Amino acid sequence: MEKKAEELFILIAGRSTRQGTSMNESKFGKDYTEEIGTVQVCPEDMNRLAISPGDLVRLRTGQGAIEIPCVAARDGELPPGMLFMAYGHYSSQLMGSDTHGTGMPSSKGLDVYFSRIGPPVSA
Amino acid sequence: MTELKVVANATCTFCGCVCDDIELTVEGDHITKAKNACVLGKAWFLNHHVEPGPSARIRGKEVSLEEAMDEAARILTDAKFPIVYGLSDTTCEAQRVAVAIADWVGACIDTTTSVCHGPSGMAFQGVGEVTCSLGEVKNRADLVIFWGCNPAESHPRHWTRYSTMPKGLFVPRGRKDRTVVLVDVRKTKSAPAADIFLQIRPRMDFEVLWVLRALVKGLKLDPADLADTGVSLQQLEDLAGKMKSCKFGVLFFGMGLSMTRGKHLNVEAALALTRDLNDFTRFYAAPMRGHGNVTGADNVVSWQTGYPFGVHLGKGFPRFNPGEFTTTDTLARKEADAAMIIASDPMGNFSQAARDHLGTIPYIALDPKETATTAAATVAFTTATYGINVPGTVYRMDDVPIPLRAAFDSPHPSDELVLRGIEKRVRALQRASAAAR
Ligand code: SF4
Repeated sequence: MEKKAEELFILIAGRSTRQGTSMNESKFGKDYTEEIGTVQVCPEDMNRLAISPGDLVRLRTGQGAIEIPCVAARDGELPPGMLFMAYGHYSSQLMGSDTHGTGMPSSKGLDVYFSRIGPPVSA
Repeated sequence: MTELKVVANATCTFCGCVCDDIELTVEGDHITKAKNACVLGKAWFLNHHVEPGPSARIRGKEVSLEEAMDEAARILTDAKFPIVYGLSDTTCEAQRVAVAIADWVGACIDTTTSVCHGPSGMAFQGVGEVTCSLGEVKNRADLVIFWGCNPAESHPRHWTRYSTMPKGLFVPRGRKDRTVVLVDVRKTKSAPAADIFLQIRPRMDFEVLWVLRALVKGLKLDPADLADTGVSLQQLEDLAGKMKSCKFGVLFFGMGLSMTRGKHLNVEAALALTRDLNDFTRFYAAPMRGHGNVTGADNVVSWQTGYPFGVHLGKGFPRFNPGEFTTTDTLARKEADAAMIIASDPMGNFSQAARDHLGTIPYIALDPKETATTAAATVAFTTATYGINVPGTVYRMDDVPIPLRAAFDSPHPSDELVLRGIEKRVRALQRASAAAR
């Protein structure tokens, strides 16, 4: 798979309705794992970086890296340069454990290096 | 034939709104209707099923409750630096017993507050909290500001039940008598319902709040100073004017403030702004709390130790120090040598370093559902669900206690029952060890 250069983005991890409803079914179910394992990218950035919905992308911080599929954010929801993910197993892998004396690791507004990997393997 | 039952005024504990006006239709051990609940509340009630499988396991193998409680007590009493964590999705009655166990074994007790509004708790201590109940908001508020939160997706009935839509004593026309403002870095699903949406740049909350403080105090600012914030001086002057001239204003803030760089300082700025506004009008601030009884956890841990979270009891008296005694820290620094996790899933949402360490120490987990945390626990208890199978008390996000009504029985024990069994065994082990000395 061809790899594109990394670009610096800001990642916001937060709640979503689907995450909230699906966690009541099961945290091991398809809906929940799909929701926390997908990153939203703004449509302008998708066009600029030639990314199609469902493509695998890589997000990397000093703590770790994840490779997950992406979808286009709803029009206007994200400004260019910002990514959104529902909190969970994947977003936590990008989060450091330094809490700066608060108990709370920074988990919103993280600097992440973002790159396209390519279409999903099954495609 | 399956018995059909209607439970009136049931309480939804899925989020901090803890709506207590839900009408449940129960058929046997299934809830088939949850009238008045929002989409999240419906998912909470209608997907509830009694978890199949045993109530207790040790290293994945089914055991009796008694054996599991014996093993849990042994793990906790053998440890040098045990931690007790979670608590935001269980009753106050269970929370009290958890604090008692932590006290007996000299543990660090911490709740999920430390990874949501813990920084807000620090800010309350630093600045003070000018606050009010949601009932007062409903009856009086004519300016409602949401900052760094997305009620449409995380607290769907907050608007209709408490803050923007309801008709109140001094706002008889409901929404028409209110101005609603949303400040966020994303144009979320909450934005269309606000009169004013200010989209600020990420990590600029503190700066924007501080500018608002200056404007409220009547200081003149240069528009160029706001170049990096994403909003204009004119927009903030307009908002500051609305804040000073409203009759009753309230600023609800979410984890957009507490989880972003600056954390407690962001919240301190919001609280200081609120305090300043009381020179001109009535103004209040309140955090949007997530889990159903996270506010109860703060209350119970505060009653019993004097501090709301991140409390070390190992010296025989409580010590509070976020960053030192909070769970992410005690795990990531590999200090904890045993843990008891109650109604929380750190294996699913903690930093990797914290998860890695939790995986290496013996720990006990109590949860109504299987999670990454229960799956890897040394001792796992499947417990009955609070508010569905277990009655008790929870605290709404504005510190108002609300009773729970159980809809039907579960074959699994309550958290409180399991914790009481563990506490009894911890005491017996400690007495035996004292007698042997
Ligand atoms: S707003 Fe919260 S408490 Fe109320 S019904 Fe929805 S999920 Fe339940």
